[in-house]
Amino acid sequence: MTAVLPQLPALQVVIPLVGALLAGLLRRGTTAFVLALIVSWLMPVIAGAMLIETLAHGPISYHLGGWEPPYGIEYRVDVLNGFVLMLVTSVGAVIMPFARRSVAFEIDEERQAWFYCMYLLCLTGLLGITVTGDAFNAFVFLEISSLSTYVLIALGRDRRALLSAFQYLIMGTIGATFYVIGVGLLYLVTGSLNMHDISMRLGSAFAAQPQPVMAAIAFLAVGIGLKLALFPLHVWLPNAYAYAPSVATAFLAATATKVAVYLLIRFFYGVFDHALDFRNLAATDLIIALSIAAMFVASFVAVFQNNLKRMLAYSSVAQIGYITLGIGLANQAGLTGSIVHLANHAIMKAGLFLALGAVFFRIGSVNLHDLSGIGRRMPLTMGAFVVAGFGLIGTPGTVGFISKWYLALAALEKGSWLLLLVIVASSLIAMIYVGRVLEVVWLREQSPLAAEASEPPLAMLAPILVLAAATIYFGIDTRLTVGIASKAAAMLLGG
Amino acid sequence: MMEALQHLAEHYNYVVTIFLMMTGLYIVVARGNMVKKLVGLSIFQTSVYLLYVAPGKIIGGTAPIIDPAYKVYSNPLPHVLILTAIVVGVATLALGLALVARINEAYGTIEEDEIFAKGDEE
Repeated sequence: MTAVLPQLPALQVVIPLVGALLAGLLRRGTTAFVLALIVSWLMPVIAGAMLIETLAHGPISYHLGGWEPPYGIEYRVDVLNGFVLMLVTSVGAVIMPFARRSVAFEIDEERQAWFYCMYLLCLTGLLGITVTGDAFNAFVFLEISSLSTYVLIALGRDRRALLSAFQYLIMGTIGATFYVIGVGLLYLVTGSLNMHDISMRLGSAFAAQPQPVMAAIAFLAVGIGLKLALFPLHVWLPNAYAYAPSVATAFLAATATKVAVYLLIRFFYGVFDHALDFRNLAATDLIIALSIAAMFVASFVAVFQNNLKRMLAYSSVAQIGYITLGIGLANQAGLTGSIVHLANHAIMKAGLFLALGAVFFRIGSVNLHDLSGIGRRMPLTMGAFVVAGFGLIGTPGTVGFISKWYLALAALEKGSWLLLLVIVASSLIAMIYVGRVLEVVWLREQSPLAAEASEPPLAMLAPILVLAAATIYFGIDTRLTVGIASKAAAMLLGG
Repeated sequence: MMEALQHLAEHYNYVVTIFLMMTGLYIVVARGNMVKKLVGLSIFQTSVYLLYVAPGKIIGGTAPIIDPAYKVYSNPLPHVLILTAIVVGVATLALGLALVARINEAYGTIEEDEIFAKGDEE
């Protein structure tokens, strides 16, 4: 066991990569599922071990192939990405049992193994982006996760899934290319690709040549902004989430954008803030403005959606607005709110999308009018939907409240009552779109489809209930999530 | 004026890079044909290869082999990075074309406006 411990950062990425390869070779849906399940359940163990280690003894630095950083690629796990790793792997582990029946229902027999192959490849990419300390290596993992995501979306049954996947491919590739341009400019002025090393060298490089560094910030912000669906770069997201298979939607909504946000935080605070007092640049004001626009425009559009998967997708854009708001506010409370909302939003959205996945499994539709009165036929599933929906609104006692509380504190710390008002007002819009669904689902006459519905099998129900329970648990006992998030924020702001 | 032109001429590799970058991005935005969009995307990605590789070349520099006879070396790292980026570009193009083929099967066209005209209101 002691021989394995130092290899954990590499294993975190290598195991799902090998798993993906095997899943592709196995070709049989059921065996591929078992493999994906084993890998998914192993991942949080590794991430947890690393998180405990970093909390106790500080950052872990792993030198790939034994090459010293900054010459070789370094995997570097600190409190921030330890937390994100834990989040991504846990979501994967909770969602996986749901996948078997849902995938069997939504995807043709001969393609099921490919679904698990792509899921594991996507997991590899996301974990790779998070664990690596090398800017170019992050690009490679970004593309691994993106390419597998396009395939996951294209596996949806509707032909519009193909179109959404293509549109996302175009946007995603532009985003990734912007990211490489940004990294390239940083490499030209600093001569390094190791993020920690760049942050050390950037100060003098900026003093000598400020323009390329500013251009690099702009390219990185837009490139990563496309990936995390920062308003108005979010247009790929609603269709992609609406037509992807249910499990893929739940997984991507909970993890993919979060990892992109992590990358943004890492560059803004791990690299730029350290070297050139990023907090006082106009970029933060721009991010605050875009975040507020996201919170309002996307929430407002969500109110008018009849396809509930698309409604939740727009809600995701709005919720990402809260996360980037904290990044823009750039103080301890704001950053804590951002980082904790990464986890909180992942828990709620995974729960909501899985509940819709269960509904789709039973009645083959996620259109609002088909769901009329379904609450009485699927009380547990829809009960979980209510709990997670209250989380989106930010009701006290749920995780959503915790995030908004810290963001509100951050706004007050900045002395901005207006921002506080904005946070509350946007929550009211969330109340409208969540409330609209709850009214139809619980109070209306049963539709013909809903009358036939019943609770999904236990393997599908359990993940939904676990996520709903987590929505409440982490809304009351915040020692774990907020504790780690505030440590990470302090580390980032301490420089 | 002359100074600016001279500046441009000295950095003509960047001029070419930026020209390709803008051409590619323009094609992606302006064309409705999905295959043409992918061609534009490829041009856009290729311009970045130049952005990396060109500054790595030092005029008069040789391959980085330790030998007392040579003092000036070119930087080999950008080439390695771009080799990776090329692989990524090929994979993206292949996947993009595969998707276009499937879209053509499903919709009978690869023109974006014709597909959107079909509406898909079910």
